[in-house]
Amino acid sequence: MTVPTDLDQRFRDAADRAGMLDAAYDVIDSELGPLLAAVTDRGLARITYDPDPEQELERLARVAGTRVLRVPRALDETRRELEDYLAGRRKIFDLELDLRGQAPFAVAVLDELARVPYGQTATYGDLASRAGNPRAARAVGMVMNRNPIPIVLPCHRIVGASGSLVGYGGGLERKEHLLRLEGAIL
Amino acid sequence: MDAVATIPPFESFYTEHAAEVLRLLRRRLGRERADDAFQETFLRALRAYDRLRHADHLRAWVLVIAERVAIDTHRRAGEPTGELPELPHVDGRPAYEELAFLTDTLPPTERAAVVLRYGYDLDYEQIAAALDSSPDAARQATSSGVRRLRRRAQ
Repeated sequence: MTVPTDLDQRFRDAADRAGMLDAAYDVIDSELGPLLAAVTDRGLARITYDPDPEQELERLARVAGTRVLRVPRALDETRRELEDYLAGRRKIFDLELDLRGQAPFAVAVLDELARVPYGQTATYGDLASRAGNPRAARAVGMVMNRNPIPIVLPCHRIVGASGSLVGYGGGLERKEHLLRLEGAIL
Repeated sequence: MDAVATIPPFESFYTEHAAEVLRLLRRRLGRERADDAFQETFLRALRAYDRLRHADHLRAWVLVIAERVAIDTHRRAGEPTGELPELPHVDGRPAYEELAFLTDTLPPTERAAVVLRYGYDLDYEQIAAALDSSPDAARQATSSGVRRLRRRAQ
């Protein structure tokens, strides 16, 4: 016997409404593949490509708390903004972010990253300078690679000094797709 | 690896035990009332979840919460609280039913506390979480249950 869908759904919504969850997540279908996204009471905490849910839930439990539950409705706003962005209807995300668990340097870099405008690119070195440490281009590369909220924190806009795309946590194809969507490359 | 199992994300705990909890509640309450009791059971578990110290006995823990919700439902309806659920063995520990013949005449809270303490070896904090009360109250319920059993045995 499995739990009927409506009963299951009713509990998940009630848990969310009761405000007792440390994090709510869902898997969102997109043209980039399934995206696991998670929100806390502070904001969007995670987006990940090619999700391994079990590993992601454990990570969330460590960072936000053990009361992690899949609640599709809690991700409605995130889902809508992602869909609009991927369809070319939205250029700026209007979502609060939760960067708990990130080291201070990573937070400084991600703050600067958030300011790189739609349709433009910056180099790893640029971002290192803006975060106050011009020689930390390599460390910036690491922060990009571990970006907890790709797409919304636009690490796809960060390229090598020669203009080459270099790398992307979600794979170069996705980086290219996003830059093309934004008109940053042809 | 950790020797003590870490507490799993609530999602894993819920998906693992949801079907069994619903089965128990349907047996105790019938299909219709089981739905509300199901939600109540997992909301109680969620409320207490961040107070758990380890992941032992999670199955027993949630089944006892379900049993407690079933008792409350019967009580609200002014009905007798019914039989104890039949639970198979957990980790080779004595199962609920093995203590039932001793404890089924105790008041519901004392019965649940005694069974959790001596049947499942839960600590008072876990028992408190399962019964939605405090560790002190859980300790008190357990010892008055035991005293009552001793008096009856004499």
